[in-house]
Amino acid sequence: MRTIRQFLRIVMKLLSFFLIASVALSMTQTKADSISDALSQLQAVGPEGAGNKEAAAAWKELTGQGSDIIIPTLSAMDTAGPLARNWMRTAVETVFREGIDSGTELPAEEIRSFLLNRENDPNARHLAFNLYRDVAPDKATELIPEMADDPSTPLRREAVSQMILAGQEFLKKDQKGQAVATLTNALDAARDIDQIEKIAGLLRKDLEQEVDLPSHFGFLMYWDVIAPFDNTDREGFDAVFPPEKEINLESKYKGKEDKEIAWQPYSTSNDYGMVDFNQPYGPLKQVVGYAYTEFDSAEDRAAEFRLGCKNAWKIWLNGELLFGRDEYHRGIRIDQYILPIQLKKGKNTILVKACQNEQEQDWTVQWQFQLRVCDSTGTAIHSTDRKPTPKPEAKPRRKAAEE
Amino acid sequence: MKSFFFFLSFLSICSLAQADWHNFRGPNGSGVNPDATNLPTELSENTLSWKVALPGRGLGSAVIVGDRVFVSAASGPDQKQLHILCFSAKDGSPVWERKFWATGRTMSHKKTNVAAPTPATDGERIYALFSSNDLICLDLDGNPVWMRGLTLDYPNASNSLGMASSPIVAGDTLVAQIENDSESFAAGFDLLTGENKWKHDRPKAANWTSPTVLDIGEDQVVALQSSKGIVGVLPGTGSPVFEYTSGASTIPSSAPAGNQLFIPSNGLTSITATTDGAEPKKDWNESAQRPGTASPIVIGEKVYIINNAGVLNCANRETGERLWRIRLKGPFSSSPVAGPGQRIYIFNEAGVGQVVDLSGEEGKVTSEFELNETILGTPSLSEDSIYVRSDGHLWKFGGK
Repeated sequence: MRTIRQFLRIVMKLLSFFLIASVALSMTQTKADSISDALSQLQAVGPEGAGNKEAAAAWKELTGQGSDIIIPTLSAMDTAGPLARNWMRTAVETVFREGIDSGTELPAEEIRSFLLNRENDPNARHLAFNLYRDVAPDKATELIPEMADDPSTPLRREAVSQMILAGQEFLKKDQKGQAVATLTNALDAARDIDQIEKIAGLLRKDLEQEVDLPSHFGFLMYWDVIAPFDNTDREGFDAVFPPEKEINLESKYKGKEDKEIAWQPYSTSNDYGMVDFNQPYGPLKQVVGYAYTEFDSAEDRAAEFRLGCKNAWKIWLNGELLFGRDEYHRGIRIDQYILPIQLKKGKNTILVKACQNEQEQDWTVQWQFQLRVCDSTGTAIHSTDRKPTPKPEAKPRRKAAEE
Repeated sequence: MKSFFFFLSFLSICSLAQADWHNFRGPNGSGVNPDATNLPTELSENTLSWKVALPGRGLGSAVIVGDRVFVSAASGPDQKQLHILCFSAKDGSPVWERKFWATGRTMSHKKTNVAAPTPATDGERIYALFSSNDLICLDLDGNPVWMRGLTLDYPNASNSLGMASSPIVAGDTLVAQIENDSESFAAGFDLLTGENKWKHDRPKAANWTSPTVLDIGEDQVVALQSSKGIVGVLPGTGSPVFEYTSGASTIPSSAPAGNQLFIPSNGLTSITATTDGAEPKKDWNESAQRPGTASPIVIGEKVYIINNAGVLNCANRETGERLWRIRLKGPFSSSPVAGPGQRIYIFNEAGVGQVVDLSGEEGKVTSEFELNETILGTPSLSEDSIYVRSDGHLWKFGGK
């Protein structure tokens, strides 16, 4: 009898255990489902405000789950669009801050693992780094030197900052060899323009080193150009001139005022790859120019065109119009426009149209653009047959001069 | 008795609400807060209540709802980090901060910044527009309500010098001008969902002016300014109700006062508008009264402009006749603001705050205070306080 009772007691205990475990498992599963559903809702936000109402409700549901959402939400950024990423970012930062304020234990080690996994979304990893730095500042700082080749540009920036400081320290101590080595490594690592310019300045001015900035950035330096076509009343932007229909560098066409014009080779030695139509053609007004080049890609791959231009412009890759913009003289900078592209293995053709308008102020003289090819982190992609960067003293060549 | 206290509480809430500052240049975009009845008469260490550091630059003003102050900022090497911050009006302590990645272009002239537009509020939510065309709505506790990336939707809507027009809430619609040389438009957004209620093509020309609101009879009409002039639209539908076609500046905004609008147009032009589709009546034009960057302001029966030389000009509101002028310490990017009293508050680019007493026959600068930081943003006024943002800080004067 006693044995039966004992047996029943054990059975009851086991049943209780399994019941509790199953409820706990079910609750965990429910929570995981709830987080997953909320994240799907955030990922569904679309153009022109679509999905905002549902996203707001999902955001509240998500942040109500506390710090358990941090890793799944960071992970979900991988497949989220730019708007959804912002919804997710605020959710992560909100629960993280609430955790700090309430003294709740936060998943610091999981956050660290997330940021160290280079397969994760670059911005999400930088966000994870900032969170980790909040809870473990010393350990986070120890990670920085390893980030010099990180695919996340903002993380790489942290490492480059340290390298610049180290290089400057060597300079102060007149240890030029170490300074050159450190700053050269820093330049190789740097992707942000302000850091690149700072390092190049130190290497050139303080250490008398040659720096090939066009190659570092991936600017396209060799072109064929043709101009001027007519842009009176800014109508040339929409007009379709012969280079948009065919690329034949031997052809001659009727340009503005019916004057015969022909393609001519052009190269630039400018540090930032500036293609300046005013050099071969003079400071013309109300004109259109085209520049053509070819890029030999080692493989089929995703890439980016990064264009700077203060004139109205259009750009084609392999005959396909990518984008155009009819803004004049509001400013130019490196990476002003970022266009995702798909390079095909072998020859790719690139055509740029640059329009000059009628304005006569001294700040409207420029008729130029700069174009580089890189990956999404800003790392240069070179054509397999990239020629050496022209030396600064080399003047842009004009066909007439060559003849 | 209970009802009496409830009534008092209600009055107190109404009073707070009325003393709020909801958008660029406050009520209707006029620069005047009629409920700012207890402002400090001087700017000094004595009247400085607090200052708090900001995480990035910005030109947008603070907006005020009750005991909370909201401001935007942008930071990072390419200004790609956007911030919306909430502070306690009482002591400047941080209440919350939300951060976002810019989804549009962040290029701007180095003088300006991605956080150039002033956020708007309806007292329930904050609507923050950035030069990157990110338009973000949060409730007063910082919970996101909706987000738009207008450059994602309209890829050529941007200005390489930077956008600066500030949105405004009129009725149940948020109105914003996204005007530039290329994909130029104005739109009305649903306050709860951010969806377009209407969207109109606008002149293809860079434009940094902000919409203002006219009270015409029972109607609120939003005045959209551009190089072509002014179009008055009903906020809920975008339907035009009047048009002024003699051109207008693309930098200083107009000053509304009831159904009158004082437009930086061929100098300064006053019009009186109706909603019946008729051409607005031109009251007067004074070509010599040409606002610089600062927008004009109407206080009582007088209209004031500050020209590019830093001269404050006072004119008769009904006739445009000049009454007096005095030179201030300029240059100014910030616009003047005022309560119902006889004082104008203005900060120059070098960070010198100036109080101009208007009670005499001529204006007189009665207080100057150097903040020693660049100030390009316009001050904001609550019932008893002045808030202004510099490049690095948010400052509060008064309200001690």
